[in-house]
Amino acid sequence: MPHILFGRSKELEIEITEYLDLVNRGALTFKRDLKRYIKKDFELFEESMTDIKEIENDADEHQKAIKYKLYKYMLIPESRADVLNIVEEIDTITDLAKEVIYEISIEKPIIPDELESDFLELVENSAEAVDMLVKAVRSFFEEIAQVNDYVNKVHFYEHQADKNEERLKRKIFSDDLEKEIEIAYKLQLRYFIEEIAALSDQAEMVSEVVSVAAVKRRI
Amino acid sequence: MIEVMIYLSSGLFLGWSLGANDAANIFGTAVGSKMIKFSTAALIMTIFVILGSVVSGAGASHTLGALGQVGTLPAAFVVAFAAAVAVSWMTKLSLPVSTSHSIVGGIIGWNLYSGYATDLSVLREIIGAWIFSPILSAAFAVILYFVFKKWLNNSKIHLLHLDFYTRIGLLIAGAFGAYSLGANNIANVMGVFTGIMKIPDYNIGIFTFSGAQQLFLLGGIAISIGVFSYSKRVMLTVGANIMDISPVGAFIVVLASSTTLFIFASAALKNFLIMLSLPSLPLVPVSSSQAVVGAVLGLGLAKGGRNINFRLLGKIGIGWILTPITAALISFILLFFMQNVFIRTVV
Repeated sequence: MPHILFGRSKELEIEITEYLDLVNRGALTFKRDLKRYIKKDFELFEESMTDIKEIENDADEHQKAIKYKLYKYMLIPESRADVLNIVEEIDTITDLAKEVIYEISIEKPIIPDELESDFLELVENSAEAVDMLVKAVRSFFEEIAQVNDYVNKVHFYEHQADKNEERLKRKIFSDDLEKEIEIAYKLQLRYFIEEIAALSDQAEMVSEVVSVAAVKRRI
Repeated sequence: MIEVMIYLSSGLFLGWSLGANDAANIFGTAVGSKMIKFSTAALIMTIFVILGSVVSGAGASHTLGALGQVGTLPAAFVVAFAAAVAVSWMTKLSLPVSTSHSIVGGIIGWNLYSGYATDLSVLREIIGAWIFSPILSAAFAVILYFVFKKWLNNSKIHLLHLDFYTRIGLLIAGAFGAYSLGANNIANVMGVFTGIMKIPDYNIGIFTFSGAQQLFLLGGIAISIGVFSYSKRVMLTVGANIMDISPVGAFIVVLASSTTLFIFASAALKNFLIMLSLPSLPLVPVSSSQAVVGAVLGLGLAKGGRNINFRLLGKIGIGWILTPITAALISFILLFFMQNVFIRTVV
């Protein structure tokens, strides 16, 4: 590629790649931290908690730079709007991840042992949905024919997360939960289940945006 | 001199309306969707329309001359005026029309009035080209679609680079389109005058401008004024109407229709094909609007679209038949007035 021609768009390209790396890292950190908490490794959880905040801040900076560069450089207006929309919507995911980790650290919900594996599965599926979304966005820029494959995978993991969510809620509110826990705790658990699942919901929403933008790019 | 300018005015008016309407065929999508600034598009249009007119406008003009050589300047005024009236009228009825169709109608009107027989073989050639040009344009669009699809799938080009290429591509294709439009359609604007007015050649250094080329320059300027003064509105409407064409699609449409116009205008290409003993196409003024419609249809077909807009096709068909007939009628009637009321020789 002649760099004299693409010098400026190269900058934007790098910025977008780095931004997507951050979103990816955010999802991985989210998964790591929640696993630590669910497995009751509270000390380690608290120790590494600032990581997600750093990632979120860094992502915000990149997002701002991308917005600025999108308007500065020669881009077709329609794809400019699409790129901007995707970048803004995807940022919500990192924000959400940070929020969940911080709220857990503040509220310290008690997760019953028998729900542990279900919680881990929910976290896994939610984070996987985000991972696939990042791949979908990357292929939107680099290899548009692949977008659909990844969008389908996002749908799959979101659907799995939905099932996990429902199963967890049913277990919590059913009578055969071993220890009788107070309704206040149940509601608190439900809140966190929904928050964790919200990551995959948002991933699915953004994947739809990417999918439409990709269709528009077809000849 | 003043009288000559008055007689030329109808041709210049036709040029103006050509610029106002047809610039949108070339830069409509790009400007309407803000991919290219209007001022950039208008500047490129101006330069290349004039270049096309002066450099290769002669070919299609010859064909019009062969159809019927309008004998006097007042008659030429009437023929061009009748064509302009027919175009404005049809445009008002929002039928897609072409100056190419109306000028041919105007010339036939003169033939009928003056009693000269219309050369039927030339007329057949012209009508054949009109039917064939949208089909050819559609075929080009289909070929370009598959070529670009394959290329884009294989090259894995980054979206940001693709946007950059597309913009440059639209500018280059637009310049080519403007050149082809000038080359093909200047005959409509000035063709009836070139056979009558004897203008001495003009020398500047190594270049010699023939009388016809000087007239083409004037016509090209009229087209440019049309582009600058009126085409922005048309472009914005076009851009809003066919937004579902992607940037690369817009590029393909412009390139396909421009190539069609170029093929029907370039004497050099015709001679080259004859030299290779390949079939060549006659040099005939065709409609840029219909070339664009053909390309859009071709693109739709290539993408596997089944819903061809038959109402639009019907509308084009009606404009297609109605325009030359209307122009011929107006031309015939006005020639009568020119001869009997204004007492000017028209035959």
